[in-house]
Amino acid sequence: MKKKLTFAAALLAASVLGGVANAKQLVYCSEASPAGFDPSPWSGGNDFDASSRTIYSRLVEFEHGKTTISPGLAESWTVSDDGLEYTFKLRPGVKFQTTDYFTPTRDLNADDVIFSFERQWKKESPWYSYLEGTGWEYFTGMGFPDLLKEIVKVDDLTVKFVLNKPEVAFLPDLGMDFASIVSKEYADQLDKAGTRQQFTQKPVGTGPFQFVDYQVDAVVRYAAWDGYYGGRQKIDDLIFAITPDPAVRAQKLKAGECDIMSYPAPADIAGLQADANLKVDEQEGLNIGYMAYNTTQPPFDKVEVRKALNMAVNKKAIIDAVYQGAGAPAINPIPPTMWSYNKDIKDDPYDPEAAKKMLADAGVKDLSMKIWAMPVSRPYNPNAQRVAELIQADYAAVGVKAEIVSYEWTEYRQRGKAKDRDGAFQLGWTGDNGDPDNFFFLLGCDAIGQSNYAIWCNQEFEALLKKGKATTDVAERTKIYEEAQVVFKREAPWLTIAHSKVFMPMNKKVSGFVMDPLGIHRFDGVDVTE
Amino acid sequence: MLRYLLHKLALIIPTVFGISLAAFAFVRLLPGDPILALAGERGVSPERYAQLIEQFGYNRPYVIQYLEYIGRVLTGDFGISIATKRPVLGEFQALFPATLELATVALIIAVLLGIPAGIFAAVKRGSWFDQATMGVALTGYSMPIFWWGLLLIIFFSGYLGWTPVSGRIGLQYFFRPTTGFMLIDSLISGRSGAFKSAVSHLILPSIVLATIPLAVIARQTRSAMLEVLGEDYVRTARAKGLAPRRVIGLHAFRNALIPVVTTIGLQVGTLMAGAILTETIFSWPGIGKWMIDAIGKRDYVVVQSGLLIIALIVMAVNLIVDVLYAVINPRIRVQ
Repeated sequence: MKKKLTFAAALLAASVLGGVANAKQLVYCSEASPAGFDPSPWSGGNDFDASSRTIYSRLVEFEHGKTTISPGLAESWTVSDDGLEYTFKLRPGVKFQTTDYFTPTRDLNADDVIFSFERQWKKESPWYSYLEGTGWEYFTGMGFPDLLKEIVKVDDLTVKFVLNKPEVAFLPDLGMDFASIVSKEYADQLDKAGTRQQFTQKPVGTGPFQFVDYQVDAVVRYAAWDGYYGGRQKIDDLIFAITPDPAVRAQKLKAGECDIMSYPAPADIAGLQADANLKVDEQEGLNIGYMAYNTTQPPFDKVEVRKALNMAVNKKAIIDAVYQGAGAPAINPIPPTMWSYNKDIKDDPYDPEAAKKMLADAGVKDLSMKIWAMPVSRPYNPNAQRVAELIQADYAAVGVKAEIVSYEWTEYRQRGKAKDRDGAFQLGWTGDNGDPDNFFFLLGCDAIGQSNYAIWCNQEFEALLKKGKATTDVAERTKIYEEAQVVFKREAPWLTIAHSKVFMPMNKKVSGFVMDPLGIHRFDGVDVTE
Repeated sequence: MLRYLLHKLALIIPTVFGISLAAFAFVRLLPGDPILALAGERGVSPERYAQLIEQFGYNRPYVIQYLEYIGRVLTGDFGISIATKRPVLGEFQALFPATLELATVALIIAVLLGIPAGIFAAVKRGSWFDQATMGVALTGYSMPIFWWGLLLIIFFSGYLGWTPVSGRIGLQYFFRPTTGFMLIDSLISGRSGAFKSAVSHLILPSIVLATIPLAVIARQTRSAMLEVLGEDYVRTARAKGLAPRRVIGLHAFRNALIPVVTTIGLQVGTLMAGAILTETIFSWPGIGKWMIDAIGKRDYVVVQSGLLIIALIVMAVNLIVDVLYAVINPRIRVQ
């Protein structure tokens, strides 16, 4: 058996190196080089696209193009009544990829699942620090070290997660990239050979594509994995052509040098749509661009002042000028595509006269403040400087003098967390797992000093958040979160600016590509007509 | 000659230390830090931040950090990238051939076109050729590389379809690198069409990268030639009835070469700087793009070690240029 698989691997390498006649090839112009191919240590979308979504699989998977979960490596699961125990039945016969550097001798089992999590969790594991300075940021950021009590192997194909407290988002969390399942057998082989570093350079997973080669900063090559449990892919070769400049990516797509590209520049979209060989898919992004007031500093500690400032801003002008129409004014802190979105909430009307009066009634006169503008373009806000300029002009119309400030990106976020920060701070968020809590947590009391830039701790909102996290019934949770949005709108810790649209230009010969609301790029199920 | 060489080498040692210190300080003077850059928008808790700072040793005094760093460098250990966790030297070795190949071709273009253009402009001083050449040179020198690169891509790749948009070789050619130089690797790969594809991918980036050095070399050659052409010995040579080609080629050009060689040597620095933008536009996997990424991620180790390695290479080239001077003009050795 082993010999057969080794032969298959050799054949694959030879065919890829030599170039198979008539091999179906899909070239994706990606925006950045992956830091590595281990799906768990890194946090960039480009890292996930190149590793977890191509090479690996998870216990549960997000349905293609949706945020609902479906069985993955686990074919079924049960949850205990107290919500503390999740028992997963693993799919039998799942094969790890056979490559020219690893030939598995067994199928996926519970040991692989336990290893995949414990290496990120247990400091005594030699794999915890196999990469210098690895923080396992997503595992820690999602609160897994406190959440997990133990992971138990019930039998070879049954594994039980025991939690310290109920966590309703636990299943969607397991569909996230950091929760990808890696091969313990491969890790043991590298341990023996003293080459642990290879784990991230030459990856092995159970996903739709297997790794072939990476030429640093240039090209990543994959081949369809014949043994994929979901069935072999229609394309034979998948190539990531790393092209950082969006204008160059657009040119490559037009010239036929790639079949599909990520993140077009807003200015290029019309030209790409006009090209007869191309089509441009679009989707509402699962994101929010906002501006957070520092609710602890006067006069922003007064609700009426925050409301008045919200009413002074013409959001439609911002959508037209900055998002070039590719966005929608945001009303709530979660996007309308997210379940539990409260449609009944009305946005603060754009009414400069009323805003002026409200400010005067609140005793605010000659207000001078800062508007913070991010130095980078993000999917939820393509040009924060321009947004700041438009808001500055709107504020001037109601007698508020605003100064625009900006810093280097990490410095910007660091300074934004300062308790005595002046003024209103632009930022945004793109969802990780499709759960509303993945947005609401940004405004939780525990997130002050981290992601709560409004420094807003409202007990009513906080109680609803906690209740929502401890409730398993979706209908019940929906009600809780709808109420939380009412509190949010009433208290106005943010100016909710916009939810942006995301575009995916591709050649017309590409079929089966489904845009993902979580912003990831998946190529399973994609085909190319010659 | 040996004494001259030793003298030059002795000057390099303090320069290397100075550069290592400047590179070490430069990256730390930039706002932001690598831990926050790694954490992304999700952020990192103050406790976790403190842990990671401790782990990387960035909470220790700068002097200690520097001494440890330079100690490791002296043993050949340039550190491990904070972002990719790969050894810096390994990444550099993988990427440098791409930059070297691009810079070499660009320099060849700049020299082959720049020197004759400068000579002709000087000989035909005041003619339409002179004025046109110097006008083009000034435009080339002032051209923002980023804009120029995109313009060429849109015109030659997008509109005419003559050249590929970016990359080093067509994606249908896949072979593992032997030397890292695509022109050589594509030749020895035995794949038909591979070499042609590698050449076609080199055309636009090398033209873009050659633009500024070409302009500088042409202007420098012209002014050096003008100066020499006015010398008494050139007039004497002409008076003796030597053929104009011989006067210009042998008497004038050889003497005008010294400032031109100096300028060519100095272009190595310009090429390295130009490579940063050129590589980014053309998705050219070299050290320019690598450094830009590292600065963006505040990858202290890559920036400080990368700058040091690049500086070492530039110094080595300058040393070679100094030696070449001495060969061209023996009086320099005595001085």
